[in-house]
Amino acid sequence: MSDAIFTQRLTKYYGRRAVVDSLDLRVPQGSVYGFLGRNGAGKSTTIKMLTGMVRPDSGKAFVLGEDVAGLAPAARARIAYLAEGHPLYRWMTVGEMARFARAFYPTWNDQLLEQILDHFALPRRGKIRRLSNGQRAQLSLALAVAPDPELLILDDPTLGLDTVVRREFLESLIQVIQRRGRTILFSSHILGDVERVADRIGILVDGVLRVDCPTDAFKESVRKIVLQFGRTPPAFPGCRGLVSSRQAGANLELIVVGYGDEQRQACEALEPRAIDVIELNLEDAFIEYTRGPRRSLPIFATENRDVESLGAQGAA
Amino acid sequence: MEFSVDPSSRLPIYRQLGEQIREAVARGRLRPGEQLPSVRDLSRTLVVNPNTIARVYTELEREGVLHTRQGLGAFVAEPKAELTKRARKERLEELLDRFLTEAVYLGLSAEEVVAAVAERAGQFQWSHV
Repeated sequence: MSDAIFTQRLTKYYGRRAVVDSLDLRVPQGSVYGFLGRNGAGKSTTIKMLTGMVRPDSGKAFVLGEDVAGLAPAARARIAYLAEGHPLYRWMTVGEMARFARAFYPTWNDQLLEQILDHFALPRRGKIRRLSNGQRAQLSLALAVAPDPELLILDDPTLGLDTVVRREFLESLIQVIQRRGRTILFSSHILGDVERVADRIGILVDGVLRVDCPTDAFKESVRKIVLQFGRTPPAFPGCRGLVSSRQAGANLELIVVGYGDEQRQACEALEPRAIDVIELNLEDAFIEYTRGPRRSLPIFATENRDVESLGAQGAA
Repeated sequence: MEFSVDPSSRLPIYRQLGEQIREAVARGRLRPGEQLPSVRDLSRTLVVNPNTIARVYTELEREGVLHTRQGLGAFVAEPKAELTKRARKERLEELLDRFLTEAVYLGLSAEEVVAAVAERAGQFQWSHV
């Protein structure tokens, strides 16, 4: 399977700080990729480099097989981009905006656009400045999908939307996904949404891609281990895949990626009274993973799409 | 047949849905030969990536719970016992031991547990061997 997005050591500095640091991102064609990270982790800067709005200081980015640095208009027309905050010309009506956007594309699916506008009950004659945040998000999704792009890049598309509108937005996104072969990269902070729609996730921590794997694989690999001592616990000497360890009363709490025999032996060597292995939901797994001391985070990447065999393979 | 998923659960979505379908079949709420919703429809109603639904159907087919017919969709499979009688008995005893251990710790009597099992068993669809 070829990659719809492919970057090689993509790097961007703001001042002396590398906001994106030697990023090797690969988004397989036809996948839905959830691009995650805390505020300031480098998600938006990466997305802007992928869309040619920011020039990298070093490294290269390829989208749909073409170098972003010299992207031909024909290739550009196959890519849709939803900017954060859904900037649109506020003085236009919905209908005017659609006619305006249409002029930029060689292909345009009016039927699909009408269908989405109907689904969201967006008034064609309504001024954009009178639309709610949710309606503007819906309109920009409709406009992004109308040219029937092969690749959609969405920068935090549900930011600021209420729960109901967010759900409707996801429903439309699912419809978009159902058209085969289309690739979507989207950034988000709503982990529940990510789990619903993303095949794979990537987690950026301080500009470095620390996690890149199937969504379920991450959820099933991050474990919280509670060692009960009944006295002040000893310090944890460390093991492969250790994200963090902290003392909580008479317990030692560890966050581990890929808990297996090796890690269990490291725990048992401390002779605790009991060892509890706790599964986490995606949000908790993300929080526990990204709030650890950053430099020492284990990098968790796998090409493996088969979750079952992951346990045997463990985390890198 | 209504299914639901909860992303805030510790169980991945594909396992939540897989278990719901297995249970529905075991309880007879889904009958052999009955058709399941298409991947497309279920993906839309649950607001879940269609690949996740397809994966659930594929795994349940591998387990023999469903069978898919090309172009027609997924159907509940006829129950078939692939394990030997002895293997099934061993597996059952293993499950019973775990279950009985919990029941002992709940402070129940053997009679209470046997009566409760008999009552619940009426809610499931058993094979006639």
